[in-house]
Amino acid sequence: MKIQKQDLNIVKARKEKLQKGAEELLGVPVKPNFLRRLAENKSALFGLIILVFFVICAILADYIAPNDPNPSPPNLELSLKAGPWSDEGVENMPLGTDALGRCVLSRIIYGTRVSLSAGIVAVIIAMVLGIILGVVAGYFGGWIDSLIMRIVDIMFAFPALLLAIVIVTLIGQGLDKAMVAIGIVYTPQMARIIRSAVLYIKEMEYIEFQKAIGSHNLRIIIRHVIPNSIAPVIVYGTLMLATAILDAAALGFLGLGAQPPTPEWGAMLSKSYSYIVSGAWWAATFPGIAIFLSVIGLNLLGDGLRDILDPRLKK
Amino acid sequence: MKWYIIKRLLQLIPVLLGASILAFSLIHLAPGDPARTMAGEHASVQTLEKIREKYGLDKPLPVQYGIWLGGVLKGDMGKSIVSNESVTREIMDRFPNTVELAFCAMIIAVAVGIIAGIISASKQYSPLDYTTMGVALFGVSMPVFWLGIMLLMIFGVILRWLPIGGRMSISIPFERVTGFYIFDSIIKLNGKALVSSIRHLILPSIALGTIPMATIARVTRSSMLEVLRQDFIRTERAKGLSERLVIYRHAVRNSMIPVVTVIGLNFGLLLAGALLTETVFSWPGIGRYVINAVGMRDYPVVQGCVMFFAFIFVLVNLIADILYIYIDPRIKYD
Repeated sequence: MKIQKQDLNIVKARKEKLQKGAEELLGVPVKPNFLRRLAENKSALFGLIILVFFVICAILADYIAPNDPNPSPPNLELSLKAGPWSDEGVENMPLGTDALGRCVLSRIIYGTRVSLSAGIVAVIIAMVLGIILGVVAGYFGGWIDSLIMRIVDIMFAFPALLLAIVIVTLIGQGLDKAMVAIGIVYTPQMARIIRSAVLYIKEMEYIEFQKAIGSHNLRIIIRHVIPNSIAPVIVYGTLMLATAILDAAALGFLGLGAQPPTPEWGAMLSKSYSYIVSGAWWAATFPGIAIFLSVIGLNLLGDGLRDILDPRLKK
Repeated sequence: MKWYIIKRLLQLIPVLLGASILAFSLIHLAPGDPARTMAGEHASVQTLEKIREKYGLDKPLPVQYGIWLGGVLKGDMGKSIVSNESVTREIMDRFPNTVELAFCAMIIAVAVGIIAGIISASKQYSPLDYTTMGVALFGVSMPVFWLGIMLLMIFGVILRWLPIGGRMSISIPFERVTGFYIFDSIIKLNGKALVSSIRHLILPSIALGTIPMATIARVTRSSMLEVLRQDFIRTERAKGLSERLVIYRHAVRNSMIPVVTVIGLNFGLLLAGALLTETVFSWPGIGRYVINAVGMRDYPVVQGCVMFFAFIFVLVNLIADILYIYIDPRIKYD
């Protein structure tokens, strides 16, 4: 049977009607003016502002950092000096110096680059792998679904951080490897979320229609299934970015992530916290505040996005 | 119910087998010769041969896996390269410390989290509610190791109220019975040891308990709000029951179901948090043990700990699931 253009129009009209019905049911527009709704959600906006602040720091680090984050050779005379708040402090080191006499503020600013990109790369890895596994499992079902989900179950048998540590032990230490490890560890969560979205979308009439007109599976997946399951991916991606930054910092703190002299927040903390006993509190305190603020920003934004993009998830 | 538990236990077998393959492949998937990785860069040919023989690395992989798995099932996880002690023994020596820490952290988290959630929900949109939920948001966003360091700095270094690390002052004589310091001090009537071990426990438990505390507070609040909207609560109010009675006798009881699940899930996460907390507070538990082993490339220890962690994690999740059904008879288990 040949499909007429007329039939396509009927389908389109039906889809619009469904969407309208959904809007009435949910009480929110299904295709909202995204930015306006983001602006109305105060906590999400606040999160976004924090995030933008960090992104600006990362991009403009060369211009806003007051000092060189890695002077060579290190100026050991400046080791563990307080900032301008103390009488014995150093004037041009706003947040004091670390054990190697490096400016803590400058290292935090450069560390924004490292930590944000570590988190983003890890989440992108998790998204790509998760989309592939989740779509394949959800769309095709059957034995391949069982196989993928069993592997996912096995990965869930480990606390995420421990699994990341195991993978880092396997493939070696370093920032790039830590990113890969975190990405792999987050893949099962992503795969599960996408699989359940795909299971729901697969039953939709427009997918049935695509199958009826003989579209290739790959085309259906790329053109229809993935775009329609992307909302939860974005929401969870944002929330995952928060935990990815935390876990990257944790690996850095344990000495398994970024290696010195890379200015990474977690590694900065681990190199400085033994000095708090001698009273040098700033070198360990401020990098932690940076981690904390960036994670709070992402959590606020993620919660807000969830309310905006996926009202079904709203609790 | 009985069949459900049996079925769930059977389902654990493939998961744990998978976990064992993962733990096993730690040594064998790592790039390079595992014997060389263990012995170091400059080991002689003889040393390498010896190591291969000692750890059975000269046999085919499936055979090696079989031997290792057979050992694990008998409770033998090999010997540590660093200390040459049995890994099982070393884990069992340290496990009570981790359990004590995790339990204390959980008690703090549950007590404070549930109370905060109830208060927040019963005064929704009040300044108190906003403050509590703000603090909870802080709690979930805090890096646990940084929180530990800050607690240590404030209460250990500046105020000098509490010790800055370790399980107990070394100067106090202590006799080990079960390995649980608090329990052992009580049965041996060792007052000094009891006080010291509790004082050492406070800061790490708070650090470790904060994230679950925040999660529990959030879940309690949303679950309470859901229950408070239900008809039977309106009926209670219409009957003229005092608000206090409505909340504490009816709403709280009915809102605890999701909270129990979250508590169960968080117990597993506590084990992961323990990796970091124990490192910060030099706590002699399995978290610090595995981190040190990773640093020293002590593969048998890492393998053993990974297997042990997986086992505990899966078991705790199973118990949580069973409790969940027990508490909420509406859940169908099939």
